[in-house]
Amino acid sequence: MKVMATDSNPVYRRRRRLNRLMLMLSAVAVAFGLFWLFWIILTLLMKGAPALTLTLFTESTPPPGEAGGLLNAIVGSVLMSAAAVLMGTPLGVLAGTYLAEFGRDRWLATSVRFLNDVLLSAPSIIIGLFIYSVYVARVGHYSGWAGAFALAIIVVPVVVRATDNMLSLVPNSLREAAAALGCPQWRIVLFISYRAARSGMMTGVLLAIARIAGETAPLLFTALNNQFLSFNMNAPIANLPVIIFQYAASPFRDWNDLAWAGAALITLLVLAINLLARIFFRK
Amino acid sequence: MNTDRMRRFIVSGCMGLALACVSLASPAIDLTGAGASLPYPVYAKWAARYHALTGHRVNFQSIGSGGGQQQIIAGTVDWGASDDPMPEAGLRRHDLFQFPAIIGGIVPVVNIPGIAPGALRLSGALLADIYLGRIRRWDDRAIVALNPELALPATDIVVVHRADGSGTTYGWTSYLARVSPQWRDQVGMGKAIRWPLGQGGKGNEGVAAYVSQLRYSVGYVEYAYAAHNGLSWVRLRNRAGAFVAPQASSFQAAALDADWQSAPGMGVMLTDAGGEEAWPITAASFILVPRTVRRRPERMREVLAYFDWAFREGGDIARELGYVALPDTVIGQIRERWAHDIRTPRGEAIWE
Amino acid sequence: MKVMATRRAASNVGADRLFRVLTRTSAVLVLLLLAGIIVSLAWGGRGAITTYGPSFLWTSEWDPVRDHYGALVPVAGTLITSAIAVLIAVPVSFGIALFLTERAPGWLRRPLGTAIEMLAAIPSIIYGMWGLFVFVPLFQQHVQSPLVQWTRDVPVLGELFAGPPLGIGLFTAGLILSIMIIPFITAVMRDVFEQVPPMLKESAYGLGCTTWEVVWKIVLPFTRNGVISGIMLGLGRALGETMAVTFVIGNAFSLPHSLFSPSNSIASALANEFNEAGGLQKAALLELGLILFVITTLVLILSKLVLRRLSRGQDLPAGGA
Repeated sequence: MKVMATDSNPVYRRRRRLNRLMLMLSAVAVAFGLFWLFWIILTLLMKGAPALTLTLFTESTPPPGEAGGLLNAIVGSVLMSAAAVLMGTPLGVLAGTYLAEFGRDRWLATSVRFLNDVLLSAPSIIIGLFIYSVYVARVGHYSGWAGAFALAIIVVPVVVRATDNMLSLVPNSLREAAAALGCPQWRIVLFISYRAARSGMMTGVLLAIARIAGETAPLLFTALNNQFLSFNMNAPIANLPVIIFQYAASPFRDWNDLAWAGAALITLLVLAINLLARIFFRK
Repeated sequence: MNTDRMRRFIVSGCMGLALACVSLASPAIDLTGAGASLPYPVYAKWAARYHALTGHRVNFQSIGSGGGQQQIIAGTVDWGASDDPMPEAGLRRHDLFQFPAIIGGIVPVVNIPGIAPGALRLSGALLADIYLGRIRRWDDRAIVALNPELALPATDIVVVHRADGSGTTYGWTSYLARVSPQWRDQVGMGKAIRWPLGQGGKGNEGVAAYVSQLRYSVGYVEYAYAAHNGLSWVRLRNRAGAFVAPQASSFQAAALDADWQSAPGMGVMLTDAGGEEAWPITAASFILVPRTVRRRPERMREVLAYFDWAFREGGDIARELGYVALPDTVIGQIRERWAHDIRTPRGEAIWE
Repeated sequence: MKVMATRRAASNVGADRLFRVLTRTSAVLVLLLLAGIIVSLAWGGRGAITTYGPSFLWTSEWDPVRDHYGALVPVAGTLITSAIAVLIAVPVSFGIALFLTERAPGWLRRPLGTAIEMLAAIPSIIYGMWGLFVFVPLFQQHVQSPLVQWTRDVPVLGELFAGPPLGIGLFTAGLILSIMIIPFITAVMRDVFEQVPPMLKESAYGLGCTTWEVVWKIVLPFTRNGVISGIMLGLGRALGETMAVTFVIGNAFSLPHSLFSPSNSIASALANEFNEAGGLQKAALLELGLILFVITTLVLILSKLVLRRLSRGQDLPAGGA
């Protein structure tokens, strides 16, 4: 039987052309993605460079037409984020522990898992509205605490999910071995499961921090903003994202520079956290 | 379990929380105001100077005039700032006291390549037609008639307005309603209206940003936003028929022949003022405070002290940024009204 | 000895119970949090819900002067921008995942993958700022104007790309959203592509399949579940995105007549108007928030249903096709 040479087979040639075309398009897709990434980062660095000096960290936001820094915004953001993480992480870890260790497949666990996903994908502006309605409007003033509460609600589902996933990955043999040795369940969870899933859970917390670092919408109606340096969490407090939002479109050159510098700062921070989480997790 | 590490973690966590809870011991007062974006630059600068002098932090956030009104009604701020005066009914219903603080000008701005600031001349009726969508291109006959020496492009006009509730919009639309019967009937005036066409920017900043980014666009902003952004401002024909440029002197001219006592809460409209030099879209910006101060009267006293300082010492700063201070007589009347109208529930005056 | 053991056991039982109650309460709290959000939205929006009823969804007016509101424009804007975002992002993500799993040399894989994931790390407000101040003017001049000119007389494309070239608008918002969701979809696709048993792929290669055929006919059907859940994930993010969209969508409460029209999305309408709204306007905004919440939840439910149905019908090949 005479076999046709593959190369001269028209069907084969068509398939090969299609293959080459698709692979080329996939390379184009990668170039497409990288193009935007580099453009945005380049823009941030170029526009933020004029203000990325030491004064950025030592002076507070200036009035229009004067130079200054972002000290109050950085302080406010750090305070609110820290409070949010301190409030949201324990709640998230405990709830995730219930899902992985105690609930497993019971109806409460399945519904909490699903509803946690709903909370996770809830638009952050809705969370800001919620805190405004139940807290800000009730106590009668904007505050850093309101902002922290809103951010904490964003932290919780991230941590729940990470904890649930990571604890589920811990092999049961570990738990059974500890139980055989007479460990009560709370010890098993605290000293065996947590330790085994430690790096994964830390990664979850880091990712939650990265997530809230750039959130603007929930802070619009909760923390408002403050042009002064203040450590008072019970009053409007400055924060980076809202300052960037206001200053970016303002007519004053100094404010524009500060906005871009702040944007570069947040982006670098979030990138660093992501890389850190990646390295951490791989350990 | 490493109890030592856990202990250290708990301690540092508590210290961090404590630091966050306790405001650093200082006698400084923290006041919060919110609202109008028209006077935002001057309020921010006043506050910075006041802080340098007294250590008090008067924090003003520009969330729009509508926001200022809503938040003072909700009681979430110490004072609200609004570019559009609240009518008597509203003042009485929410038990608010209103007084003007500063005067500024609203300026139409354009972004047409080749047209320098001040080169384009328009009239109020033309602007109304542009915003109604009746005039759609820059080389429309009516525009060319006013600017025979300019080379206007044959392109569509990109209309920009405010996306949020704004006293600037109130001033703008009240002017258009005055000079164009079609505008008055079809659209009306208000802080937030149903725009026939165009896109919305958030705050004066947003409109300035859109106009500077979008070619062939037209928008309206407070004067400082036009001056500092390098936007191309427009000469307007005022009621006297002269084409005037927006600047402190023309705003002042408009403010001169206003009757400040004529409206409740001194809420006069300065638009379409008479006078050769008057800028047709001048507006005063107002402050709203509770008339009956139920909680913390000493805070209200501090708010009034701040504005008292601003009236006395803030004129230079205002002028630098392109605003106009209120006439001295008006300021005197304001102080009298403070003493007379703002009281605690028991009837004690807040201001002496 | 026996007594000591029992005493320890008793306190442990107590601690166990406490721990169990603690975790259970936390889980219930999460549930209550969600319920609280829904209830507060519904309660705050009750004025609008009772005033308009279902007609809220198809009224396009938004008139604060006459106090008359309708959700059609923001809902349409949200759905259209998200659709554009998904339409652009899915093929691009697929291409990137393909490249990373089949084509990229080993040393390039991790850095390239990390680089793409960095797109997700950029906060959304920066996308908005960069979008408005850097991208829009260039887009308006060099892409939109010529496009509007060329398609002016073309039948279908003409209407799709009609209108004054504003730079901002539905399409720009959709494009920027797509860049934001690419890393999410790519990450999921890449993960599931890598989970395909090499045996399957090798068998196909052994039969003479080209790389493309292996991916299209073997890998993709095998990873259908993951791919769909990845797309749903991206869609969910696009629906709720606020800051990036607010800067570039144009904030116009009018029905769009082309892809280049300015419009509004639910999230950006909320961001713009909430702080100053009162009375019926505030209720209308809160109802909009509730609608957005319902839409994102529906997308989530849909994706889980699709996954369940697909995994029921799919059986993992135990060997041989």
